[in-house]
Amino acid sequence: MAESKPKVKKKAVPIPKQPPEVRKRNFNEVALGYTEEQAIEEANRCLQCPNPQCVKGCPVGIDIPAFIRLLREGKYEEGIRKIKEKNSLPAVCGRVCPQEEQCQKYCVLGKVGDPVSIGRLERFLADWERARGFEIPEKLPSTGKRVAVIGAGPAGLTVAADLAKLGHEVVIFEALHLPGGVLVYGIPEFRLPKSIVQAEVDYIKKLGVELKLGYLIGRIYTIPELLKEKGFDAVFIGTGAGLPQFLGIPGENLGGIYSANEFLIRVNLMKAYAFPEYDTPIRIGRHVVVIGGGNVAMDAARSALRLGAEEVCVVYRRSREEMPARKEEIENAEEEGVIFKFLSAPTRFIGDNKGWVKQMECVRMELGPPDESGRRRPVVVKGSEFLMDTDTVIIAIGRTPNPIIQQTTEGLEVTKWGTIVTDENGKTSLEGVYAGGDIVTGEATVISAMGAGKRAAKAIHEYLMSKK
Amino acid sequence: MYEILTAKEIAPKIKLFEVYAPEIAEKAKPGQFIMVIIGEKGERVPLTIAGYNREKGTITFVFNEVGKTTKQLGLMKEGDRIWNITGPLGRPSDIRYFGKVLCVAGGVMIAPMLLQVKALREAGNTLVTVIGARIKSLLIFKDEIKALSHKFYVATDDGSEGYKGLDFLKEILAEEKFDRCIAMGPVSMLKTVCDLTRPFKIPTVVTLMPLMVDAMGMCGVCRVNVGGKMMFGCVDGPEFDGHLVDFDELVKRQRMLLPEERLSALLWELGGGKLGGE
Repeated sequence: MAESKPKVKKKAVPIPKQPPEVRKRNFNEVALGYTEEQAIEEANRCLQCPNPQCVKGCPVGIDIPAFIRLLREGKYEEGIRKIKEKNSLPAVCGRVCPQEEQCQKYCVLGKVGDPVSIGRLERFLADWERARGFEIPEKLPSTGKRVAVIGAGPAGLTVAADLAKLGHEVVIFEALHLPGGVLVYGIPEFRLPKSIVQAEVDYIKKLGVELKLGYLIGRIYTIPELLKEKGFDAVFIGTGAGLPQFLGIPGENLGGIYSANEFLIRVNLMKAYAFPEYDTPIRIGRHVVVIGGGNVAMDAARSALRLGAEEVCVVYRRSREEMPARKEEIENAEEEGVIFKFLSAPTRFIGDNKGWVKQMECVRMELGPPDESGRRRPVVVKGSEFLMDTDTVIIAIGRTPNPIIQQTTEGLEVTKWGTIVTDENGKTSLEGVYAGGDIVTGEATVISAMGAGKRAAKAIHEYLMSKK
Repeated sequence: MYEILTAKEIAPKIKLFEVYAPEIAEKAKPGQFIMVIIGEKGERVPLTIAGYNREKGTITFVFNEVGKTTKQLGLMKEGDRIWNITGPLGRPSDIRYFGKVLCVAGGVMIAPMLLQVKALREAGNTLVTVIGARIKSLLIFKDEIKALSHKFYVATDDGSEGYKGLDFLKEILAEEKFDRCIAMGPVSMLKTVCDLTRPFKIPTVVTLMPLMVDAMGMCGVCRVNVGGKMMFGCVDGPEFDGHLVDFDELVKRQRMLLPEERLSALLWELGGGKLGGE
């Protein structure tokens, strides 16, 4: 069958994007999405392998060849349903999943040219569905069981949707005043428009899920209180990794030095880019330095450009090859004019007499043998100190688990890194208490959190139905 | 949405709100705070809880109309609804029997001090209380706090009532022995109190309200240098050992966005100074 095809198109259909010169001054989405013709053309590149490798790369095991086949046959409805069997947030994952490390990495076409743009096709179907309006699936009859979901991020939203469909009463407690977790406070509008997150949340509300905003569990109610006093039969913890890490070097408390979280929360959640229409301010200087090499560093650097910085420089202690950020995001940042300074690490910050940062001292690094992460370990080059002028520094060196639940839940087993210990289905050391996403794995991806949510929902359902 | 049941001006530009928030009221403890957001475009503003009534399901807070948000909040009336209130936040105060406690409060923070004084008195402590303000007309809850205190003093910056400044405390500290001091108020006052109690080695707890955005440990803008360690005002505090706090750095950090805050308030006033929200 496959041999009968005349020839394979080696090049993927490019996704239309805002040109760099335009997009670097606005917060609108960068990648505009395939048109119908483009989507079908790209879908036609799929070889429909009898033994598809792509599926092995998908953390939630979407039947990728099947949805692509349905797409190219014009059966969008069935196509999106196929995706949604495994993924409840396709519009989000189609945009922010690192497909090049997952499904597309294994695509056979990748050996001769570009792999099939699976993520873009997923996005096409999800956007098609959203434009048409979500179908609300039929819910199973009420089980009379109540589940509290803590955190309205990717894991929590997934658990809530799955359990609501099974007939359970679900209440989500979200600590912030808006739902979405990292999708709203972390990922910028130009990579994931907030209207998409809102549409997903609206869908979950239509399933009958109650959303309580501004409830920091651990302070208002504890988990034992939810189970014993507030009438919940099970709890899911999806509180994520939202704690900022700092460098621990002199001068870090000077003005103009933000954690990436502060910077992005101001810009994304509080919409400081629209200050003073929105009340939360942000001050952006002329020479912005971003420390770190991950996706959060790219998001911060590109946001800083859009806020009007003259120059944005990413300082990373290893080389380009070791950068954990997605290649596509590094390229986007470069196209927009972000500068990269590799093999450099900050050692102290120097302030002016008003307590505002004016310079950063760095040392040069060289790469030694690989460390436990497999990446080559950076080693300080002695006597290589140099100064960089800067008036805004954004520290994007990782986030750690939110600790409040762990501090206020007696008997909950926690690792030395502060993550919650669970089995493969999300079951914790406490009866009826499940957890998933970054709070269990440490900072990871949206799709892995969602996958954990799927597994936990299944386990919670089994637990609830086996109870008396 | 949280309905305002009582809104009254208790001193010039100082307002007291009692808001229906039964779940927060159920869990609030002295020392904790809330984040108030008045509308979709609003900022998150931290305010210390000044009281709660579990039976009525209400919480009380007092604020000074200084910035755009507090001025807008000040325009709200009884029956109006606040878009979101998150709380209780922060660690509760350590309330137990200490012996003799010196309580010093200034400005709007006199309001939450009343809650502290009530709880400390209930725990059997002997209380020497000082309330202070810039001028006489800004002194609030004088009678209420006086009634709960064993000794009571008033101080103003201009001497319009009571002592002028806090220097008089030197004498009191030299004469009487205290087991603990708690201080709530502007940073300059907290610093003064800590300088006064340090020579006498009186454990001094200060309530800090640095800049905050999320107030649940995520952004780190509220970081404070306490004895050389980085602490977060929102989740490690709001109370800290005052003798270890780097107040000079705290003042600088609090003023980081002052130009933007002033701009925001000015533009709003030029635009007619309406409640808005939509």
